[in-house]
Amino acid sequence: MAVRKGIESSLAIAEAAAACNVDCIAAYPITPQTHIVEHLSELVNDGVLDAEFIPVESEHSAMSCCCGTAAAGARTFTATSSQGLALMHEIMFIAANLRLPIVMTVANRALSAPINIWNDHSDVMTERDCGWLQIFGENGQESTDLVPICHKIAEDKRVLLPIMLNFDGFIVSHVVEPIEMLTREEIATFLPDYEPQQRLDVDNPITMGPVGMPEVYTEAKMAHEAAVRNAYGPICEILEEFGQKFGRTYKPVETYKTEDADIVFVMMGAASETCMSWVDKVREQGKKVGIVRFRLWRPLPVEAFKEAVQGKKVLGIIDRHFSPGGAGGPVAQEVKYTLYGEKDAPKAVEVVAGLGGRDIDFDTFDKIFDRCQKVLDGGEVPPFELIQARGGHYGKI
Amino acid sequence: MAKQSPAPNWQDLALGCATLEAGSSRYQKTGDWRSSRPIWNFEQCVKCGVCTVFCPEGCLKMNADGYPQVDLDYCKGCAICVTECWTGCISMEEEKD
Repeated sequence: MAVRKGIESSLAIAEAAAACNVDCIAAYPITPQTHIVEHLSELVNDGVLDAEFIPVESEHSAMSCCCGTAAAGARTFTATSSQGLALMHEIMFIAANLRLPIVMTVANRALSAPINIWNDHSDVMTERDCGWLQIFGENGQESTDLVPICHKIAEDKRVLLPIMLNFDGFIVSHVVEPIEMLTREEIATFLPDYEPQQRLDVDNPITMGPVGMPEVYTEAKMAHEAAVRNAYGPICEILEEFGQKFGRTYKPVETYKTEDADIVFVMMGAASETCMSWVDKVREQGKKVGIVRFRLWRPLPVEAFKEAVQGKKVLGIIDRHFSPGGAGGPVAQEVKYTLYGEKDAPKAVEVVAGLGGRDIDFDTFDKIFDRCQKVLDGGEVPPFELIQARGGHYGKI
Repeated sequence: MAKQSPAPNWQDLALGCATLEAGSSRYQKTGDWRSSRPIWNFEQCVKCGVCTVFCPEGCLKMNADGYPQVDLDYCKGCAICVTECWTGCISMEEEKD
């Protein structure tokens, strides 16, 4: 029987990785992810976890090392944040295209400059194109549960891709929560031993990562595109299996009180939980509003999202990152991609909030709701806006 | 990059575009990069074999008579053999075709 205990989410995530019986961890400490690798290094040192812990000199080396151990057939885990993820950037594409089933937890944090250790989604969103699977946990329990789920997804023979498990830095990583911890035995009933489909083996030599001339590069990319997109089915199956086994079911797209809502907020991460409390409050005042959250971000659950916003009038899309001088926030861009050309597509009010640890509170949601309500009442759709910027977004540009 | 087809469809690629056959780089006849080729003056050659040791392509071998022989399928004309030959018996000749 699983034990429920008060524990810092980072430690719970590290314990979950240990309970998955990982073979190798190569990581470099970076706030706010440090406690995860710190705890794993303790577990290895104390003999609790029989794994190689490889302390490296940078995140670039951490991801390179993970590629090596995964290629050798080891169940591989790592963790990072922000600048660390940015430093891994070039190796991220290699891990993905070599189809190495690495699991990496990312405690989401803002990118410098200015130097900022607090939470937003600029680190993960700038890695959208790297070809990894990407999934979000909104609290400690979810993020802990998603560790074995991620290993199972990544290692599934129909998938064989690295996966990035995102959760908000500090807001999730450093909070002590009552978390139901699955034991090693329980996880073993869900996550079988890792059997690599192909690996580096001196007795059966193969080349991983050969040159891909112009004659073959496009086909290699197409194979990768198919692998990421086709991962959707197995991901749904595995989430469902976890739910049936342990009673907590996660979905690629999560909804909250959307049935009768005209206005729906679209977001991801821990701010959704604050938003749920806000929705409960304003619903008492008769405001019909709900939330749709992307749990799965890659592959983008296009059809599930379309279904979730079917018949809604206005979407309030909250991004935690944006492209300066570009087309606004990434969540809004991709939501618009899913809905472009759809008949009766909802209108989109796009805001950027919660940058670099700025709290997204009830006032923020009130403001966004007001903008959505105006559009619902027939007003013009306002342009994309950094809604929390003192001085206003378009006032002085 | 495999032997069977130089232009496979994406469905036919190995997982992660891996090359599953060991030593398959021999199918890449990279000698056509060459702009000049090494020529040996066997009257001067002392059969020491130093050229075969330094050839970075491994495309030099000693033949049955004990003289070095170049495999032009793979020789890129780098002229390292010319630099390393202490008797000065190797010269480079421009490829005309």
